[in-house]
Amino acid sequence: MDNSYYNPKDLKKFGNITDFQKELGDKFFEYYTSVFKDGALTEREKALIALAVAHTEQCPYCIDAYTQDTLQRGVTREEMMEAVHVGAAIKSGAALVHSTMMMNKVKKLDG
Amino acid sequence: MTKLNLKSLKRRKSLLAQADHQLEYLSNGIFKSGELPTFKAKIEKDGFLPLKPKKLEIFQINLGYMCNQVCSHCHVDAGPDRQEIMTRETMQHCLDVIKESGAHTLDLTGGAPEMNPNFRWFVEEASKVGIDDIIVRSNLTIIKANKKYAELPDFFKKHGIHVVSSLPHWTKGKTDKQRGEGVFNASIEALKDLNKVGYGMQDSGLKLDLVYNPSGAFMPGNQASLEKDFKKALKDDFDIHFNNLLAITNLPISRFLDYLIASENYEDYMYNLVEAYNPIAVQNVMCRNTLSVSWDGWLYDCDFNQMLCMKIETEKNHIKDFDLEALQKRNIRIHQHCYGCTAGAGSSCGGTTT
Repeated sequence: MDNSYYNPKDLKKFGNITDFQKELGDKFFEYYTSVFKDGALTEREKALIALAVAHTEQCPYCIDAYTQDTLQRGVTREEMMEAVHVGAAIKSGAALVHSTMMMNKVKKLDG
Repeated sequence: MTKLNLKSLKRRKSLLAQADHQLEYLSNGIFKSGELPTFKAKIEKDGFLPLKPKKLEIFQINLGYMCNQVCSHCHVDAGPDRQEIMTRETMQHCLDVIKESGAHTLDLTGGAPEMNPNFRWFVEEASKVGIDDIIVRSNLTIIKANKKYAELPDFFKKHGIHVVSSLPHWTKGKTDKQRGEGVFNASIEALKDLNKVGYGMQDSGLKLDLVYNPSGAFMPGNQASLEKDFKKALKDDFDIHFNNLLAITNLPISRFLDYLIASENYEDYMYNLVEAYNPIAVQNVMCRNTLSVSWDGWLYDCDFNQMLCMKIETEKNHIKDFDLEALQKRNIRIHQHCYGCTAGAGSSCGGTTT
């Protein structure tokens, strides 16, 4: 094991996951490729969603990959940051909306 | 008004202004250690060595390195301080050769080719030669730089010139970052002037293409998708029209190489280019059907080799001694920068190649 859990060079080895389980790996990459093709949403829109999710998942590989990908698609810095804010808003909203549980419990226990 | 952000490498007396130094850099490091294969080794494996020319179709003539802009990624290291300018005598040699060569396209580049004092004369003479397509690579801002250039759209129209212009993005921020403050607004005004005389407009027959090259250390995305986004944004924001978008990969030479090294992106960028190597793009590299002529009449396999001082490998390598037969038998000179033309969908002065 290296001194760090994350190595940027490992991103380029993503395709090697099929070495240990080819059938499932191939199925995953086929699915992955299909998901990102132009459909009801454009490839550009999908890349921005991926960038936002990469941040909420806090996946360094995904942030690296989709920052580069969105740049290649001509996405501006403002658009990229707004996408991340959408992810962040859902994350913080998800935390805050659970406070209704806390409030319910407080009211039940403490009037 | 445009404002220059930088000076040329030559003016800065940077070591990278010297072609030898650039080639040395591209030979060493990850390529010398064997971490990445050299371009020669890579294409040899695919049976492309020696790389041979196809029929000569395009003459790309560099009228000089003088430019009113100093763009951060310029592979020519062009700028207002560059004095290299083609003389009328060399232009005449070019005209004599073009007539005999059978090439269908004449591609005029620079610097800003319009700044050559004999530019208009050359275009007028070239338009009598019977070439199908005469391209002028105009940086757009030159049209707004000085009164004497304001008539260029009419001049282009009169001679049926195909205008190809750089615009790295449809937003001001990204464009000005790469090409200098004020460049975006001046470019938009120039595009409106070109549209006004018919360039880029449906059924006018006056072709206006835009060139996109990435603003940083990454490759261009899908050319067709980028064209769609450019067309929509320029139409919605400025009512500007154009024909095609040509997506070009930045090659690791000159000011872009300087930028890659300074920003510590060089190795990753070269890894990306090598990883994206596409053998189909090798079949269609522009050096196989193009010949590049420098301001002083020397012949090169492409404009990038010109900037690296890699003259063609034939005894007669000057426009004065043009020998088509010998030229067709030559081996095309290659180095690591060629990975830029073979990455992904391929790259050339005409955009993607696959």
